[in-house]
Amino acid sequence: MVEAAPASPRLRVRDERVQEGALRVGLFLAVLGGLWALWEGFKAVGEATDLRIGQFVVNDRTLPHLHDVVGQLFEPSRRNGPLLIDVLWDSALFTAKEAAAGFALGALFGLALGTLLAHSAIAQRGLLPYIVASQTVPILAVAPMVVVWVNPRLPPSLKDWGAVAVISAYLTFFPVTINTLRGLTSVDPRSLDLMRSYAATGRSVLWKLRFPAALPFVFAALKIAAPASVVGAIIGELPASVQDGLGGAILNFNQYYVTSPTSLWATNLIAALLGITFFLAVVGAEKLVVRRAPEHVA
Amino acid sequence: MTTERLVGDGPVVSLRNVAKSFAAGGVRALESIDLDVLPGELVSLIGPSGCGKSTLLRIVGDLVEPTSGEVVVNGKSARRARLDRDYGIVFQDPVLYDWRTVSKNIALPLELLRWDRAARARRVQELLELVELDGFGDHHPWQLSGGMQQRVSIARALSFSPALLLMDEPFGALDEMTRERLNGELLRIWEQSRSTILFVTHSISEAVFLSTRVVVMCRRPGRIAAIVDVDLGQPRTADTREEPRFFELVTEVRDRLREGGLDEDRTAPGEGEIDLLEELK
Repeated sequence: MVEAAPASPRLRVRDERVQEGALRVGLFLAVLGGLWALWEGFKAVGEATDLRIGQFVVNDRTLPHLHDVVGQLFEPSRRNGPLLIDVLWDSALFTAKEAAAGFALGALFGLALGTLLAHSAIAQRGLLPYIVASQTVPILAVAPMVVVWVNPRLPPSLKDWGAVAVISAYLTFFPVTINTLRGLTSVDPRSLDLMRSYAATGRSVLWKLRFPAALPFVFAALKIAAPASVVGAIIGELPASVQDGLGGAILNFNQYYVTSPTSLWATNLIAALLGITFFLAVVGAEKLVVRRAPEHVA
Repeated sequence: MTTERLVGDGPVVSLRNVAKSFAAGGVRALESIDLDVLPGELVSLIGPSGCGKSTLLRIVGDLVEPTSGEVVVNGKSARRARLDRDYGIVFQDPVLYDWRTVSKNIALPLELLRWDRAARARRVQELLELVELDGFGDHHPWQLSGGMQQRVSIARALSFSPALLLMDEPFGALDEMTRERLNGELLRIWEQSRSTILFVTHSISEAVFLSTRVVVMCRRPGRIAAIVDVDLGQPRTADTREEPRFFELVTEVRDRLREGGLDEDRTAPGEGEIDLLEELK
């Protein structure tokens, strides 16, 4: 009469997971190898044929060998100084602190704003255009003003990097706001009928239905916002004249590009890795938090 | 009628001259509906698509407001009854929250009623046994078959022992075999929980098999065409479907549906109607 409880399929599941994991690693390495081959192939062909695209000439300065870029990480950053990777590691940690603070600030603000908009049609109509407009202003134009406004109001412990975090939050909050609004209002009407039949309060509906139903939307936004918060932090360091982060490092190595192009490339590599780390942290959190049918997980 | 099932005085549901029009185009969905459902009854509403049977169920549950007429549930207004959590509802789709396990789905109304954790766990275990899903409490809804999901939905509706169960084509999306099995289970649950059930269906045989009375509805506007007393004995089993009286009653409901004008003015039959038309052959 009743379907038998499935005989613990855990072992089979583990086998499938191992297989899937191996496939993923293999695919990642294959794509990485492909990109590497593309870069080096273009460089080899370009140098052999004296390729010119406008002002662009292919040589070791414009397109250094990738192994030289990676190798540069393990060279001293200056005569008798620490290794470049050690310097960049410290810079990355500093930028990560700014970006993490900005991400948290922006995500919370976005969640709160999205929730407000979902509950008030007037707020939605009145505020949404300005929220959209806020993102059409280039971050480079906003950042210096944020520094001027925010910095004097910060306690000494937050000075400078706090302003950078605010700039980072400015890039983070927007996708979170939009997707929170979308998620909270996309609830199945029958689920709402069910809550109504239980005479549930508005707060219960929010916590037990709307928020859980919105989570996949929110996480989709957080995945966009996480790398953006790193970009925001790096850009924010420039007008804030913060020297200790990756933005400072990029500015610094930019000046020495002619003599050591690989240093800037290596810094870019570290910046990219930081963004990927932020993204993966959100993916990990999503796996822990979101319990939905597979088709609902973005 | 089976008077031995009466457990209280006065009807659980009392509808007087209930009508519903939808603003868009002034469509009259329901007109002059009078119906009493007594305690312990299982009353089916059957009729073609567009006869307003689901709307009527939603009016009883205060999910839709009637345009006019009086709706009394458990001696109170429908709204008061809803706020007092006097009924549990089961939709055609299970409407489970897929971020919750089976147990937590069943416990949802109990959480809203602020039962403590231990009491919830005890009640959920009882219900899992009642709907024969013992051992599936920690599964998520998408890991279950459609029939099992619908049983979870029934357990959830029964969790707080409401006096009235509203069921809107609960087995309509299931295959015939599963449907017949769940019909049997529903009767067993009805027997055990002594609840009153208002049941919307497209299936004549399902209506006759389950009900103490079948309310036959017709459309344009939606109204009650006839009420058929089902005088089959209790409890009903698979053998009940073989009894001559069962076939007589199926024929009677079918005839009432015909008289109600199923065939008139039908250009494009809805999904549910095909179901009915199949049975009318």
